[in-house]
Amino acid sequence: MNTNEALEIVGQTNPGMVRSHNEDSITFDVNYGLAVLADGMGGYNAGEVASGIAVSVLSSEIRHRLDAARPEQKEAGTGDEIGFALLRDNVRKANLSIFNAAQSQPQYAGMGTTIVAGLFYDNRVVVAHVGDSRLYRLRGETFETITRDHSLLQEQIDSGVISKEMARLSKNKNLVTRAVGIDAEVEPEVHGYDVAVGDIYLFCSDGLNDMVEDEDIGATIQMLQGNLALAASQLIEQANDNGGRDNVSVILVKVKASYPAPRGWWAKLLSWFRN
Amino acid sequence: MPAKLILSMDGAVIKEYPLTKERTTIGRKPHNDIVIDNLAVSSEHAAVITILNDSFFEDLNSTNGSLVNGAPAMKHFLQNNDVIEIGKYKLKYLNDQPTQTTAADFEKTLVLRAPVRQSAAPATAGGAQGAKYESTTHFNATATKVEPKPVAPAAATVATVTPLAVIQILNGPNLGKEMELSKNLTTLGKPGVQVAVLARRPHGYFITHVEGGSFPTVNGSSIGEQPHQLNDHDVIELAGIKMEFYLKA
Repeated sequence: MNTNEALEIVGQTNPGMVRSHNEDSITFDVNYGLAVLADGMGGYNAGEVASGIAVSVLSSEIRHRLDAARPEQKEAGTGDEIGFALLRDNVRKANLSIFNAAQSQPQYAGMGTTIVAGLFYDNRVVVAHVGDSRLYRLRGETFETITRDHSLLQEQIDSGVISKEMARLSKNKNLVTRAVGIDAEVEPEVHGYDVAVGDIYLFCSDGLNDMVEDEDIGATIQMLQGNLALAASQLIEQANDNGGRDNVSVILVKVKASYPAPRGWWAKLLSWFRN
Repeated sequence: MPAKLILSMDGAVIKEYPLTKERTTIGRKPHNDIVIDNLAVSSEHAAVITILNDSFFEDLNSTNGSLVNGAPAMKHFLQNNDVIEIGKYKLKYLNDQPTQTTAADFEKTLVLRAPVRQSAAPATAGGAQGAKYESTTHFNATATKVEPKPVAPAAATVATVTPLAVIQILNGPNLGKEMELSKNLTTLGKPGVQVAVLARRPHGYFITHVEGGSFPTVNGSSIGEQPHQLNDHDVIELAGIKMEFYLKA
């Protein structure tokens, strides 16, 4: 089954209650099983520019490449799976174009963005992320984070300086240790996970998880899984009801059926012709 | 403005120390950053480790120990207005940097280009301490469930401002049954048949259609796809079940 039949994807982004403009950018395309979310930073409108570049580079480059290749195939040169390589290489590409724009135009100096991008294929999701935008998964009753933030607070939690409970009291929130576009090079974290039918994936910016506790996010998705669009708008509403101090963006992906890669002689022949 | 410690004895302020260093030491010997020349104070009594806007107190196995807010402490994640006691001396911790999730002026995300050095940082702040903090912000919704669970400070704000409401079933086998709407969201109906959600928000309760072939009705008229605000004593009908919504006085 193709991803456009197996997956349902909805997304929403909102400036929140305090900020005058929205520096988050999102895009998704169920035909390619692709979801991309970026949370930009920088003065004036530079944050929007950075997140906009990141999202458009990833979505246009990945879709273009997947018109001619299957993501589960191996790349000729490196032997890497194309899906993994596409995410990794295009986060780097986005990094370079944001970095170059920031270098050449003074009003964009220092701009950058977080990113979390998922590619669903062959009954898996491959996710790339940089910074503190997150991917969560609801499987049955269990709601958990799949990505680990690249943030000072996460590093402190990992090294035992501060406990997860105490982290809520920290005044060091919103300090990311990696971002796209800040330096000439960036190392995206890329991992693949098997999906199960019934899973719901949430991509979100920190405007959601800073304002709404994980437990409430999970409960909302579980209760409203029959109406994904409503679940998305309820999450944004809760972030805004709790103060909405940051832009808030969510993309929800529901796995309705399995979507193995085509493996028969016909698929092989087809892909041979495409190459 | 950096956080600071204010040294005092018997209510008289002796000196202010801004916490500008990663490690600020406290003790009797003159090489300490904060010198307290008193025999009850160990030569190297304690240290405060500061990582950007957070500071941690650590007793360095002193002879007479340290108190934080009146309780003996070896390690403590300092919060604004905490008081450290060493002998007869008091050190008040002041950090008026707003906590970003509670201040109106929310700080923008910043990038740390080089990883911050972790080596000097104190070891884990224990889970027991975490629980202690939790209880100060614990909000106990009058819920149907009784198991204690940590409740988000952020989420608690919603529930505290909206009066509690109740749904009472008016027909069918569950006639007379009541359900308190203590959570942010409560779903009604049968999954796969007809489901609606009741959202408890700062400015009231809203019912929204989730799934099913027909929409719920309020006082006899269909609510459609949009959220519908509920008033006291509204009658909701959903999947053949009638129920009354009312606010608990």
